[in-house]
Amino acid sequence: MLANNTGGENNMPLSVNITLNGQSVSDAVNITRGSFSLTASFNTPSKGITAIYGPSGSGKTTLLRAVAGLEQGVTGWITLDGKPWLSEELSVPTHQRGVGYVFQRSHLFTHLSVKNNLLYGQKRTPKDQRKIAFEEAVSLLGVDLLIDQPVDSLSGGQRQRVAIARTLLASPKLLLMDEPLAALDHQSKSEILPYLEQLHQSLSIPILYVSHATDEIARLADHIVLMKDGNTYKHGPLLETVSDIDTPLAEQADAFSILEGEVNNGTEGLVSKDELDNLIRIIDVEGHIFRIPTTMLTTNPVVRIRILAKDVSLCLDRPLRTSILNVLPVMIVEIKDQPQTGQCIIKLALGSQFVLARISLFSKQHLGLRVGDAVFAQVKAVALVR
Amino acid sequence: MLDDASITALLLTLKLALLSTSILLVLGTPFAWWLTRTQWRGKSVLEALVALPIVLPPTVLGFYLLVAFGPDGPVGILLSTFGMKTLNFTFTGLVIGSVIYSLPFVVQPLQHAFSQTDNRQLDAAATLGASPWDRFFTIVIPQAKVGYLTACVLGFAHTLGEFGVVLMIGGNIPNETRVVSIAIYDHVESMEYSQAHTLAATLLCVSFVMLLITYVSKQYWGRK
Repeated sequence: MLANNTGGENNMPLSVNITLNGQSVSDAVNITRGSFSLTASFNTPSKGITAIYGPSGSGKTTLLRAVAGLEQGVTGWITLDGKPWLSEELSVPTHQRGVGYVFQRSHLFTHLSVKNNLLYGQKRTPKDQRKIAFEEAVSLLGVDLLIDQPVDSLSGGQRQRVAIARTLLASPKLLLMDEPLAALDHQSKSEILPYLEQLHQSLSIPILYVSHATDEIARLADHIVLMKDGNTYKHGPLLETVSDIDTPLAEQADAFSILEGEVNNGTEGLVSKDELDNLIRIIDVEGHIFRIPTTMLTTNPVVRIRILAKDVSLCLDRPLRTSILNVLPVMIVEIKDQPQTGQCIIKLALGSQFVLARISLFSKQHLGLRVGDAVFAQVKAVALVR
Repeated sequence: MLDDASITALLLTLKLALLSTSILLVLGTPFAWWLTRTQWRGKSVLEALVALPIVLPPTVLGFYLLVAFGPDGPVGILLSTFGMKTLNFTFTGLVIGSVIYSLPFVVQPLQHAFSQTDNRQLDAAATLGASPWDRFFTIVIPQAKVGYLTACVLGFAHTLGEFGVVLMIGGNIPNETRVVSIAIYDHVESMEYSQAHTLAATLLCVSFVMLLITYVSKQYWGRK
């Protein structure tokens, strides 16, 4: 069973197929839930961030704890780089898995200094397995100046950065992050996000990132695992998976799509001086131009924009004289009615990428929309997420 | 000021208290940890048993120990099969009696301290590569330091003040079972009030200073 499922694929180092029945303690609020069952099955690529996304109570934290070996009664198998962590015959204890875990709250050791917190995992990692130097981790997370401070004098954001550095110094083979930003205020969040993005680029290990914030996922993730009611029901590359309209995700009020493009600096005469003066950035998605009002400056060669389905409306003719900045020629690929809300979700092709639109069933009938039709998508709001 | 007999009694008392406290810490640590963690239903029975010496007159405990250690008691019979003499009126017997007598004063503070252990910190330590033993010695014990201080002082001080149990199983043998509390009683019996004063005042000062150190350290650690 083990051999069949791992298949020796080098690009799929983490392979999980587990079930768990019984009592579960929620990490965030310490409530014992009556009975809870978890069924999870997915693979991740060897590098990059795999987001685990689902509504609260869907078992994301329990899944992460099960992968780390912190939950009792998990059955099935987990392999990392072909090495079994859990199978019918064995269950490797947490401290031997080489798994890094960043919790929602930092869980720093309250009886130790910041420095000794940072060293705790490194000391327990054999010298020849250390992948990151103390100074490197400390400067990567910007905690150089905090080292001599007592743990309880740190702010929430600082504590979380220390916790991340502490985890990295143990040189994990797999990094688990459980809503590392959820307990932080907006300012601390924006303080940590750049560090997370850097991690993403500098670490060559898989990262599982639990979140229910779509903006974090849109910004950080490469892959996504979707969860609901304790089950993983779909996993795959991020852009492709979120634009799949056959999932519960597409039924949610905040269904969204993500597009990738390049920043256009206006060299081709597409951008007028007016636009630049009014803080409009131009993003080129396969030849289609998005104008985004934002103060965010990005140096990424490839940028991502996120569009909520409810912010997209459809027109049969190109609307003229409109305040909507972005009107794009698209083709209807798929329509899914959602009769319980009187709406439908429509998957639109823009080049080789997809945009989701949510409109009323009435409008769909009124306009006579069908798969294959060429229409214009009016996009009311676009967020530049990366 | 203190005569030789009093110094002997004081040293014997200190030896008894130190030895009993050390044994209690070694036995009490795993026992208190187990009590904190176990889901076992019979746990309450054990907890009640441990707490008994708090409410029981020490003479009751001493009486049962006397019977148990005696030639027809279970411990006495067990020892005689190994060719050993009775524990009554011996220092070893006193140590065993003290350990039982002071058990709640060590186990309860430890149990309380262990119950404050943050499981998330233990989880974090596990993911950082610490084995269960490693976590116990590097997280649980250091974080229970106030509990250990309380356990040490209460266990020690309670043994210093032991009287009823010693009276029953120890008797009054100099340098073997004649502890300070017995010596004071002796002095009072024979109307030697000044010797009784000296010993009583010494015990009073020692106990007060120890408790003072505990409460000052608690306040200091609590604030930190």
